[in-house]
Amino acid sequence: MSLTIDPGIWVAALFTLAIFSFLYKDNPVYKFAEHLLVGVSAGYYLVQYFFSAVYKKLYVPVFINGEYWLIVGGILGIMMFARLSRRSEWVSRYPVAFYVAAWAGYVIPSYIQVRILQQVKSTMFNPFAMSIQEALSATVLLVGVITTLLYFYFSAEHKGGLKHVSRIGITFLMIGFGATFGYNVMGRVSLLIGRFQFLMTDWLGIIQ
Amino acid sequence: MKRQGPIILAFVVGMLMMIQFFTPNPFFLSLYNTVLDWKQVVLGCTFILGTWSLIRYHLTRIQRKQDNWRYSYVTLAGLGFMVLSAGIWKTTTGPYPWLFSNVQVPMQSTMFSLLAFYVASASYRAFRARTVHATLLLVAGALVMLGRVPIGAYFSGTVFGVEISLVEISDWMLNVPNLAAKRGIMIGVGLGTTATALKIILGIEQTYLGRTD
Repeated sequence: MSLTIDPGIWVAALFTLAIFSFLYKDNPVYKFAEHLLVGVSAGYYLVQYFFSAVYKKLYVPVFINGEYWLIVGGILGIMMFARLSRRSEWVSRYPVAFYVAAWAGYVIPSYIQVRILQQVKSTMFNPFAMSIQEALSATVLLVGVITTLLYFYFSAEHKGGLKHVSRIGITFLMIGFGATFGYNVMGRVSLLIGRFQFLMTDWLGIIQ
Repeated sequence: MKRQGPIILAFVVGMLMMIQFFTPNPFFLSLYNTVLDWKQVVLGCTFILGTWSLIRYHLTRIQRKQDNWRYSYVTLAGLGFMVLSAGIWKTTTGPYPWLFSNVQVPMQSTMFSLLAFYVASASYRAFRARTVHATLLLVAGALVMLGRVPIGAYFSGTVFGVEISLVEISDWMLNVPNLAAKRGIMIGVGLGTTATALKIILGIEQTYLGRTD
């Protein structure tokens, strides 16, 4: 065992233990670490957004490069602060409308292409150009996609044939949720192992 | 002006963003890039506004001496110190990157790793085989978990004369039935998002504007 003398690792290890102390119960050490995390994270992201957005996209182009049309973004940004007063709150609707509409305009063609057409295209297959096992898997995939979509079709009552088809859809959804859940559990456990590895290796030096 | 103005703005901006996708005209491309820059600035200002709300919330807590109000000093001190250190020593040297690497990153990953314990108790409740569908959830979850650990490689058998290992079954579960469900959901989400986006541009969907006057 060889304890590190790096103050950074000591601080990281002590805060790691402070967060783990929540497993026992909510306690002052955990509360201190939790509140510090909120403050440090907010400060970190505030600085990052300020530099990447306000400084690089507004201050530099407008006041140094003379690209004055970019000041519109600044005006819209300032209008957001109208939210702080109830009387002038409506002014902030302009930047909100701008932001939401810019997203909406971007999303329509890109989502149709990526999330709909591309997904449908990837589900189609040529059974003569693949092995029997591959064709079987592709058929299961195709049936799964169609039945899952039909399960979410609420314009008609789920009875008769649609009821049976949507039940197959639920089956696929349950397998999907189970697999995703299992995958997620393994991800969290890996993260936990990673933290213990950090404590044992970098901090305590028990594992070399 | 209070409501119609933002709706008209939304229509114009939304249509412009959509049109640029279908035309190779350099004017629309430049306009598209400018709108993206404006968007970034608005987002930056929104973050400043959010931080101001956080500061005000903690100042109110201290002022009213609400439960655990003393910890609000810790949050405010952490926030203030990060901003000051970035201003004094820049963002690439000094306490700003040091605090990020040695305080924020380890605490964040520990927070997420804590979920492993809670996920374990949630699994117990979710994975109880009471119905056919709950059993499917249990089997799929168990197979994927076993397939992701080294011991999973030792489980194998012969089905219809073909040698199959648990890892292969786990991979198949993830790549076929799981993908089918995810793809179905993704197509549904894509259709829903497109419809909502269209409603926003056309002014049918107005809830993002907040309360009515």
